[in-house]
Amino acid sequence: MAEQQKEQPPSGSRRQFLKYSGTAIGGLVVGGVIGGAITGGFNKKKPAANAPTSPQTGTQPAADYNHATMYFNQRQLQITQAATERIFPKDDNGPGANDLGVAYYIDHQLAGHWGFNAREYRMGPFVKGEATQGDYQSINRNEVFLLGLTAIDNASQKKYQKGFTDLADEEKDAILTSLEKGDIEVINGITGKSFFDLLRNMTLEGVYADPLYGGNVNMEGWKMRNYPGNQMSYAKIVGEDAFAKTNPLSLHDHLATH
Amino acid sequence: MATKLPRVPVLIVGMGWIGGIIAAELSKQGIKVVGLERGKPRSTEDYYMVHDELRYAQRYELMQDLSKETITFRNTSKMTALPMRQYGAFLLGEGLGGAGIHWNGQTYRFLPYDFEIRSKTIERYGKKKIPDGMTIQDWGITYDELEPYFYKFEEVAGISGDQEQAAMVGKRSKPFPTKPMTKTPMIKMFEEATKKLGYHPYMMPSANLSEQYTNPDGITRAPCQYCGYCERFGCEYGAKADPVVTVLPVAQKSGHFELREYANVTDILHDGKKATGVKYVNPLTGQEYEQPADVVILASYVFNNVRLLLTSKLGKPYDPNSGTGVVGKNYAYQTNGGSATGFYDDKQFNLFAGAGALGMEIPDFNGDNFDHSDLNFIHGAGIRISQTGLRPIANNSVPKGTPTWGKDFKATSLKYANNYLTVAAQGSSMPWRHHYLDLDPTYKDAYGKPLVRITFDFEEQDRQMIAFMADKTEAIMKEMKPSSIGSSKELGPFNIVPYQSTHNTGGAIMGSDPSTSVVNNYLQMWDAENVFVVGASAFPHNSGYNPTGTVGALAYRAAEGIAKYLKSGGSLV
Ligand SMILES: Cc1cc2nc3c(=O)[nH]c(=O)nc-3n(C[C@H](O)[C@H](O)[C@H](O)COP(=O)(O)OP(=O)(O)OC[C@H]3O[C@@H](n4cnc5c(N)ncnc54)[C@H](O)[C@@H]3O)c2cc1C
Ligand code: SF4
Repeated sequence: MAEQQKEQPPSGSRRQFLKYSGTAIGGLVVGGVIGGAITGGFNKKKPAANAPTSPQTGTQPAADYNHATMYFNQRQLQITQAATERIFPKDDNGPGANDLGVAYYIDHQLAGHWGFNAREYRMGPFVKGEATQGDYQSINRNEVFLLGLTAIDNASQKKYQKGFTDLADEEKDAILTSLEKGDIEVINGITGKSFFDLLRNMTLEGVYADPLYGGNVNMEGWKMRNYPGNQMSYAKIVGEDAFAKTNPLSLHDHLATH
Repeated sequence: MATKLPRVPVLIVGMGWIGGIIAAELSKQGIKVVGLERGKPRSTEDYYMVHDELRYAQRYELMQDLSKETITFRNTSKMTALPMRQYGAFLLGEGLGGAGIHWNGQTYRFLPYDFEIRSKTIERYGKKKIPDGMTIQDWGITYDELEPYFYKFEEVAGISGDQEQAAMVGKRSKPFPTKPMTKTPMIKMFEEATKKLGYHPYMMPSANLSEQYTNPDGITRAPCQYCGYCERFGCEYGAKADPVVTVLPVAQKSGHFELREYANVTDILHDGKKATGVKYVNPLTGQEYEQPADVVILASYVFNNVRLLLTSKLGKPYDPNSGTGVVGKNYAYQTNGGSATGFYDDKQFNLFAGAGALGMEIPDFNGDNFDHSDLNFIHGAGIRISQTGLRPIANNSVPKGTPTWGKDFKATSLKYANNYLTVAAQGSSMPWRHHYLDLDPTYKDAYGKPLVRITFDFEEQDRQMIAFMADKTEAIMKEMKPSSIGSSKELGPFNIVPYQSTHNTGGAIMGSDPSTSVVNNYLQMWDAENVFVVGASAFPHNSGYNPTGTVGALAYRAAEGIAKYLKSGGSLV
């Protein structure tokens, strides 16, 4: 709370943006919050902070040192790549899960607190209840994921006598469909359906989360849907009829420019 | 061994909106107040990297750590309740400011009908209108009595809204302190459609400031930037009214307020008649403290307000079999459903932009604003459109029949990413004899105390209401001329998995009769005059509105009561 009382915000905050884009700082500021009528608003003239990472600039993209695994082995990475690409495939709209780094995103998430269900209730007994009562498993998410990958591979072997990564697209889709339907068992009580939901959700997260997490490479996921990412303000355009197409900015850009 | 600390006059458990309001009101009068908050300190500087959907919206950065404590849930008393292991239906607050940090800021007043729901329902439709087992009761206070407190909260928070009085809602003594939020294209479409259908739209009252504002405490805040990262996020601009940028600085400046974070209260200490203080533990170090106090205020949200009373054996626990006892009684929720989504093939909206409380609502089907004579339900829902900012992980709606993954899903979800609108219904929730809170017999928190157990389900009343509302939302959506419409008419059983709303109510309800309520209309406990139990836990039912406007009003009412009690003692009514 002590910081709250300061009249000046630390440099680099959104509140400083208010100060620079706007006008006077309000009178008695007990809360330490900048008052200022915003005249700047939607900031189109910000330095094009996305330029260095944009593939359109023609510069050679630097190696992505984030793209190595901290949890998966090579096979697990490959199956994840193959499966997520079918969930979110490359097409005329733009890159698919692979080019967006989704499998690396998933790897990194599973290695961290979320993979270990760290902020979730983990005390027993673990009892199966009604569907309305939600998850009841004692198995951590990152273990479920590995078991799910193995289940996919085994199902492929059984049906096509090939590993999942060697299947044709239609065959992969057939395996994922039976996974989604719950026909493939993962481990006691964990159906293919719950693993499939996890896989699908994590794929969308990897496509659309801030690039800081390893997916959504070069914000290409956002660009496909004209999502502007992290902007300071939409005060100027929110009332407008016209669609405001905007180059996206990431949290990295925010750190770099504010 | 617990360290025993020197006695304090007023002790507050929980530093959300309620804790903050009461701390500010009392400390301004020179009364010494200690505030205990189990979570961390927070300030606007913490939100430098806040535009992060994964961290805040998907991983619940600001919410209660469920590994320490959660709730258990079952639909009926025949089932075994199980813990909510990961977040679902609602998101609990933790840390300075509580859920007030990551709320939307939609700030309504409940209707005059709400406060006298039983009398008014009987008056208009007869006793038979209230089905067997529905335990609605009057609140022991009227809208008119509460009006000044509503305004007090709105004035401190700087609520933005239409300057003229809206139709079919409670009369205001003064207009909203700030002008309404920006009318965006989708809001204009909703306005036109609902007016054409003969309804009475008004701008959603908003705690996201529409303009720069200085409140009566001299706090100046900047206007909302419509940044689209509002609900589940903290506002770095301080534009969204939250306790940390409004009431807490006032308490701190008074010199009479001491804030202790990392203080998790485990017990209310009492002698059977009055509280003598609380026991708390530092969740980081495990160190225990005993804090004697003259007055104890519970402001720890619905679940812990009730849980602390039950684990500390203060007040009479509710017994659903006999319908007697009060602590845990009349748990209710919010009945969301019956929405209509319109997809536009050749119209794009700036859906990425928005604010938590940017929207418009019609009052025509809320409360008793329409005739229920031929309907199998009472009360109703607020029907609204809102533009809160659609973030890309969570928002990938596609028309019915589209696959949920693969080539077609990708193409279709991208096509409609900025092209769909939803008209939604936020329905009321009536209390029933068999809906209640008690202590779970099996599951415990990190300190070995039983978790609170919820027994709750949607009823036929709710299903009828949602089916009725679905027709209305669909008709409005049709007027808004989309290329196609998807709507949901059916309401299943209550399910803890999908997020619905953090609008839990009841369990320590207010009223005018000690045999049917826990607190009087100053939120003072009937069974322990120096304990005030404040929050939506006091709602005898939930209305078709978000709760915090009414919660804020009750907090100001309670603060007045506490000050009176400190002077004169005894029961305030
Ligand atoms: C995502 C979200 C969106 C919402 N949007 C809206 C909206 O638009 N409009 C609206 O009206 N309402 C909204 N709400 C609800 C609103 O946030 C709450 O009504 C309001 O914040 C309740 O305030 P409170 O002070 O009662 O409780 P809280 O804000 O929950 O504060 C309680 C505090 O007590 C602390 N505490 C709990 N137990 C203990 C203990 N044992 N010891 C010490 N401290 C303890 C908690 O850590 C917490 O900080 C929303 C809620 C959420 C989660
Ligand atoms: S939408 Fe407005 S009030 Fe909400 S966080 Fe953004 S700037 Fe703050």
